[in-house]
Formats: sequence, C-alpha cells, structure tokens
Amino acid sequence: MNTVLVIFKRELRSYFATPLAYVFIVIFLVLAAVFTFQVGGFFERGQADLQPFFRWHPWIYLVLVPAISMRLWAEERNSGSIELLMTMPLTLWQAVVGKFLAAWVFAGVALLLTFPIWITVNYLGNPDNGAIVAAYVGSWLMAGGFLAIGTCLSAATRNQVIAFVTAALVGFVFLLAGFPLVLDLVRGVVPTALVDTIASLSFLTHFEAISKGVIDIRDLVYFAALIAFWLAATAIVLDLKKAQ
Amino acid sequence: MIKTIDLSKRYGDKLAVDAVSFVVEPGEVLGFLGANGAGKSTTMRMIAGFIAPTSGGVSVCGYDIERSPVEAKACMGYLPEGAPSYGEMTVLEFLDFVADLRGMRGAHRRERRAIVIERLNLEAVTGQVIETLSKGFRRRVGLAQALIHDPRVLILDEPTDGLDPNQKHEVRRLINELSKDKLVIVSTHILEEVHEVCTRAIIIAQGRIVADETPAALEARSRYHNAVSLRFEHADQMTAALPELAALPEVEAIESDLHALSMTAIPKRGLRVLPAVSAAITQHGWDVPELYLETGRLDEVFRGLTQPAAAPGAAALAGAAP
Repeated sequence: MNTVLVIFKRELRSYFATPLAYVFIVIFLVLAAVFTFQVGGFFERGQADLQPFFRWHPWIYLVLVPAISMRLWAEERNSGSIELLMTMPLTLWQAVVGKFLAAWVFAGVALLLTFPIWITVNYLGNPDNGAIVAAYVGSWLMAGGFLAIGTCLSAATRNQVIAFVTAALVGFVFLLAGFPLVLDLVRGVVPTALVDTIASLSFLTHFEAISKGVIDIRDLVYFAALIAFWLAATAIVLDLKKAQ
Repeated sequence: MIKTIDLSKRYGDKLAVDAVSFVVEPGEVLGFLGANGAGKSTTMRMIAGFIAPTSGGVSVCGYDIERSPVEAKACMGYLPEGAPSYGEMTVLEFLDFVADLRGMRGAHRRERRAIVIERLNLEAVTGQVIETLSKGFRRRVGLAQALIHDPRVLILDEPTDGLDPNQKHEVRRLINELSKDKLVIVSTHILEEVHEVCTRAIIIAQGRIVADETPAALEARSRYHNAVSLRFEHADQMTAALPELAALPEVEAIESDLHALSMTAIPKRGLRVLPAVSAAITQHGWDVPELYLETGRLDEVFRGLTQPAAAPGAAALAGAAP
C-alpha cells in the first residue's frame, strides 16, 4: 500500500480514537450556526445566499484549526513515537504529507457536516449553488492554509499547548496581513515593496472573492503555495529538531 | 552486515560519539555496553537512521544510511529506547500499521503477524489498547514490531529494560534463536545479559570504544579471572589458612570475609592458583564445603574500563581487606 496512504489512514483514525474529533466537530458546527444566524443575520438579510455563513469561517478557523494541528507532530515528539516512525522505510515527505492530509480531510469532514445550512438556503430560496460549491472549496483551502501553519509549529515543539498558541498567533498575523493592525506595525521597519507583499499575503483578501463564489486562479495558487511553503518548513524543522 | 566508519556526533561543544568504527557480520550478537550517557543510544540512533552523524558514516546491508535511507531502513528492525508506540492503537492495529509501512501484504503479512504474536506471547492482548498495557507487554509489542518483517539486521536498544526475570529470560532466549541467521546489536547495561546472549561486546565510554572483544576475553581481563573462591566450615581453620594461602607463590592477594567464612585467592597475572589451593586444603585437612573457580567479574572489568580513575582505588581497597 502507498506509504502516504498508510500514514494518512493511521492519523485520521487516531483523531476518532479520542473524543477530540467529536468535540471539535460539535463546537465547529455550533459556532458556525451561531455566527450565521445570530451575528450574521441570515434570516434578516432576506437573501438566498450563504454569505453570512462563509464570512465568519476565517475567524472560526483561527481558533479551531490549531486544535486539529497541534497534536500532529508535538505528540509524536513527546511520546517518542517519532523515532519509530522515522526509522521506518519512508521519506520525511511521505510522513509530513500523510499527516497533513489526514488533518485536512478531517477539517473537510467537519466542513461538510454544515450541509444542513445549504439545504436550508435551498429550501428558502434559489441560491447560486455553483457559487456555494466554490465557497466551500475556498473555505477548505483556507483551512488547509491554517493547518499547514499549525503543522509546522507543531513540529517545532513537543508541547501541544505551545503548538496551539503559536499556531493561532501566526494564523492571526496571516489573517490580518492586509489590514492596518499588521501593516502599521511593519510599515516603519520594512521597505514599501515588502509592505505590499505582506499585504498580498492576507487570508482575508484571498478568501473574500472565493467566499462570494468567484474562483480566481491567483487565489487558488496563493493557498496552494502557502500550504506547500509551510509543509516544506515542517520538513526542515523536523529534520533539525526531531531528536531533541 | 553493519559497518560504521569514524562515526561521530557532536551536540554543541560536547562530543557524544567520537570516531566509533566497527564491523558486524551476520550470526554475531553484538552487545553494546556503556554507562548511562556514554553514547550508546546516540550510536544506535545513527545506525537506525534516526539522527544524522556529524561526521563518519554507517552502512547497513550494503546501503549507506544517509544516501539510501529507505533501503537501509527496510532491511533493519529497530526497537528504540523505551519502546515507544502509538498508545491509542490496539496491539493488532499497531502491528498492521507497521506491516503496512514495511510494504507487507496478503497471506505473508497475516502469517508474519501471527508468528510475532505467538513468539512474544501477545495472544492475550491483541485487542487491547497499547497505553493500557503493562511495561513488560509494551516492550514486547515493541519487539514484535521490530521483528514483523523478519529483518536481516536487528537493533535493540535496551530490550529487557523493565521486564521481570522470566520475561528477561524469554527475550534473551528469543535473541539467541534469532542470532542463527541474523545480525543483532543489543545495547544494555545489564552485564549478565552480555554473558548470556552476546558473541561479542563493545564497551563505550565518553563516546569512544574502550573494548571490543568476546565476553570471555573481557572476563579474562578481570583480576578475578582464574581466582579461586572457597568457604570454610570453621573459623579457626580459616584464620589458619589465611597466611598459608597468602604465602603461595601463585597468589597475588587474598580477599576474605571472616563473617561469611569465605575468601578468594587472586592469582598473579597469567598464573593458575587452583592446583596449589586444593593441594593446601588436602594437606591441612581443612573442612571446605565450597570451592569454585571464577571466570572473571564483568562488572569489575566494566568499572575499570568506564571509569579508569576510580579503578585503582577500588582495587587497592579490595587488596587491603585481609
């Protein structure tokens, strides 16, 4: 069997071996519903779309995705099982990708379980289902971005709490990279060209178009490149720190 | 075959492993000995491909561990120190996971799984979650994992640590059986283990090899090699015997314990003391219910090699006893 698939299966199963998976899914669904109906004013808007639903995803992911990613490598390092894994006939890449995919698919499952809201909006009106599918894909990609960041920070420590906090912090910076909060901080110290680059790294900017159902290839490339970058960083961090 | 050439590992300014070179052939059981922190585990981790050496190299089954890590790891079974595993999996799930990673499938996989479960007596716990198992069972699950693909090379880092005497005996028997067609490296700090399972022993201190020979040759380094220990029935006979035996030309020193009515006659280097001692016993008609020839004491050799400064002091103290 393909090695990535073997790692993937074990990792995905391990989520469901503890209550973590169920707690996560319930909290995710509750938060999504609260934001959509209470804060987002889903009914009050009187429009048949899922804007109020998708608009809050970046913020929900910011808090919840680090909870999925924190154990990926920190737990392996803490229990010492990383020594077992890394002395199996596999490459570091296969392990990094297999584990990441497991976490990403798990996030995807949680996301798919929000389907009642999609049924609701179809029952109430005639939404643009193509746009909704596009927004789901975009949301999943963004979850992948958060997860890749969390994977790397989980590899950097053997403490899951530290992995959670640092992943949330770095996620926050990426989320708001295009906004004054972050830009004002960096404007004084880096050249303007770099400020623009940082601004273009914002999750919110890239997610906004997708969440409205507009799939721009640049946004897809952005998330794919982001994931690839952080996974490469994960491999480097592991290579340097796995035995400590 | 395993070959290490000038294997070294540096952590900061501390040299944990310093130019370790050796060759091990199939059929050999190499005991890797050393005090805690001497560099045993670091060396084994480099051989297993978990950490990269600072300099030098390792080849396993003809594959360089850094250039062809996947091939080298495929021919090895490795039990890391402390036998880590995935606590939330059952024994069966865990063994299947390892078999999958090792690319095993179908009937072969089922067969090998059944064999290692039977060999390590895991039948009763196959469905149990690993983190609920006792230390001894976890260690055996770790061994089963290392053996599942019937590897040509086995690297076991403290395989009997935490086992009870019966389990230790079982594991040693298993290693002896395996050694027929495999190459086994065992690290341990239990010296009797070396005697029981190893065909060769390497002692490592401060990251360097300080001895590389058979257990018998190691024992021969002991000052107790060919020494004669005897126990007396009567205290007055023992007091009379002390100067007599000490005066024998072959005897280097006598260690005695008046309380236990026992003494040990240590021979001068290369001499045998048994004939003279037994002749003296017959001549004086001493009542000696116990008399035996010592092969050497590994713990004494080990101490002498791993803490060279302390050894002469210990010897002087022992010599001063009578």
